[in-house]
Amino acid sequence: MAKASRLAFGEALAEVGAKNQNVVALDADLAKSTMSKIFADQFPERFFEMGIQEANMIGVAAGLALSGKVPFCCSFACFVTGRYDTIRISVAYPNANVRVIGTHAGIGIGEDGNSQMGLEDIGLMRGLPNMVVLQPADEVETKQMIEFLANRHEGPAYVRLTRQKLADVSPDGYQFKLGKSVVLRDGKDVTCFATGGTVQGAVAAAEELAGEGIDVRVVNLSSIKPIDADIIVKCAKETGKLFTVEDHNIIGGMGTAVAEVVTEKCPVPVFRWGLPDVFGESGSPEALYAKYQLDGPGIAAKIKEFLG
Amino acid sequence: MSTAAATDIATMKKIASKARINTIKMLHEAGSGHPGGSLSAMDIMTVLMHRFMKHDPTNPRWEDRDRFVLSKGHCVPAWYCLLADAGYFPEEDLMTLRKLDSPLQGHPVNTAMDSMEACTGSLGQGLSIAIGMAMAAKLDGKPHKIYCMIGDGETQEGQIWEALLSAPKFKLDNLVVILDNNGGQIDGPVEEVMSLNPVVDKMNAFNWHVIDIDGHDYDQIIAALEEANGVKDQPIFIRAATVKGKGVSFMEAKIDWHGKAPSAEETEQALAELSA
Ligand SMILES: Cc1ncc(C[n+]2csc(CCOP(=O)(O)OP(=O)(O)O)c2C)c(N)n1
Ligand SMILES: [Mg+2]
Repeated sequence: MAKASRLAFGEALAEVGAKNQNVVALDADLAKSTMSKIFADQFPERFFEMGIQEANMIGVAAGLALSGKVPFCCSFACFVTGRYDTIRISVAYPNANVRVIGTHAGIGIGEDGNSQMGLEDIGLMRGLPNMVVLQPADEVETKQMIEFLANRHEGPAYVRLTRQKLADVSPDGYQFKLGKSVVLRDGKDVTCFATGGTVQGAVAAAEELAGEGIDVRVVNLSSIKPIDADIIVKCAKETGKLFTVEDHNIIGGMGTAVAEVVTEKCPVPVFRWGLPDVFGESGSPEALYAKYQLDGPGIAAKIKEFLG
Repeated sequence: MSTAAATDIATMKKIASKARINTIKMLHEAGSGHPGGSLSAMDIMTVLMHRFMKHDPTNPRWEDRDRFVLSKGHCVPAWYCLLADAGYFPEEDLMTLRKLDSPLQGHPVNTAMDSMEACTGSLGQGLSIAIGMAMAAKLDGKPHKIYCMIGDGETQEGQIWEALLSAPKFKLDNLVVILDNNGGQIDGPVEEVMSLNPVVDKMNAFNWHVIDIDGHDYDQIIAALEEANGVKDQPIFIRAATVKGKGVSFMEAKIDWHGKAPSAEETEQALAELSA
C-alpha cells in the first residue's frame, strides 16, 4: 500500500523506540509533518520539542549522541541540512551518532514552493566525511533503514524522506544492506538508477518503454553513501548506458555519485536527470512532476532522448 | 512616485476586511496555505500600507519606497491581497496562488514578483535582510524606512537573536520590526513550544526602542508607527499582541488553523462572518 516515507519513518521510530531506550527524538516545530509526533506521543520523556531552532536542535542532538544516546533530529530536508556548519562540526567531525532526518524532500512537496523544498541536501550531506546518506523508496525500506540506524550503526547518518506517498516497489523478502542497491526490474538496453520519490516513476517508465521494445533495467539506489560501486560497474558492463533520475538538483545528487564511480571504474555514457540546476516553485505535486519530467511519462521521454 | 495616503480608520478597516475575505477565498482555491498568521497580521499590514509606507503600485521597484520585509513569509497571502487591492496586480490573479507558473508563489519570491522585497519562507532570515536594507539606506543618505514583520514562533530562531543583537549597534532608527505575537505556531502554543517571554523586557535589554500594543487596535497601531517615526539612533521593536485567525470565529486562537485551507463549507461560514 502506498505510504509516505515520512509516515513510515514516524511509525518505525516509535517501534525502535519501544525496544531501544537510547533512542531519543528532537523536532523543530514540525513534529506533525515529519511524523516524529508518533514517537513523541508514546515516549514524551524521550522527545524534545526544540521550537523553530534547527541549529540548536542539531547541536543538542550531537551532545546527546556524544553521551550515548541515539538521537533522531527531524525537520524538513531544506531546513535541517541548511544548518551545514553545525552538522559539519558538531555531528560529522566528532563522528557523533546523530540521525539527521530530512522530510519533504524535493519538488514532490508541491504548493509550498522552493523555500520548503530540499533540493540540494544530498549534495551537501554527501560531501561530509563520516556521513551516511540514505533515501528509501517505500515503506518496507524506510522501516528497515530506521531499525538499522537505531540499533546497528555507529556514526552520523542523513535520511531523506518524502511528503508524498510512495508505492511499494521493494521485492518480497527485501533486506536493506548499507552500501547495497537492488535491481527492481531487469533489462539490457539501459540502466535507470532512481532514488526516493522517483523510483515509482522509473518503474512505470520501464513498463511504458517495454511496450516500445526498449528494455530498461531499474535499480533502486537508496544507499547513496556508501554507494554500491559493484552494481554500478556491473550495469555499466551489461547495459552500456546509465541513466539516473532523482527529485534533487542534478548537481551533487545521486546522479553525480553514480557518475563519480563510472568515470573512475567503467567509463560509459551517463545521463543525469533531476532538477536541471534550478530552484523549485509552487504547483501541485503532479503538475510539478509533469513539468520537470520526473513522473513515468517524463522519465520515459528522457530515457528515449538519451538513447537517441 | 507616491506618498502614504492618510487613509482614515473606517476605510482601512474596510480594506482589511476585504483582504481577509480574499485571503480565505484564495486559500480555499489553492487548497493549502496559512490562514492563522495571515489573518493575525492583516490589521498591522493594512495600516502600514495605507498610512505609513511610501510606495507606488505603478512602480514597485521605486528606489525611494519604504520596504516591507515579511520575514514570516508563509503569511504572504495577506500581503498579496493588500497589494492587489492597491492596484499592484489584477485581483483575479489572487486565485492563482500556489499554482504552477503563478507569480504568487507559496512564499515571497522577489524574482517572481516585483513587489516582493526578498525571498523568505525559511523562517529567521528576513530580519537580517531588513537590517542590510536599513544599513544601505543610511549609507546612501536616503530617508526611506524598512518595516519587517517577524512571527513569534519564528523568533525562536538563533539568527533572529543575532539580528536583534546587531541592529542597535548600527543605530538603525530607520528599521521598524513588528512582532506578530499571536501566540501560536505549528506544534502548539508558543508558550509551550519554546517561550519568548518576557519578550518586552528582553528587547529593552537588547537596547531597542520598544512599543507594546494590541495589533488589532487601529489607534494603537497608528500611534506606535507614529512614535517610531520620531525615534533617533535606535531601531524600533513593536510587540503586537494579536489573535491568530483574527476575524473568523472558528479559526481564532486555534493551533489547527495555522496551515490548512478551509473547506467549501468553512469558506462559506468564514465569508459570512467577514462580510457581516
Ligand atoms: C527555518 C524554518 N523552519 C521551519 C519552518 C516551517 N514552519 C512554517 S510556519 C512555522 C510556524 C511559524 O510560527 P510563527 O512564526 O509564530 O508564525 P505565525 O503564527 O504568524 O503563522 C513553521 C515551523 C519554516 N518555514 N522555516
Ligand atoms: Mg505565531
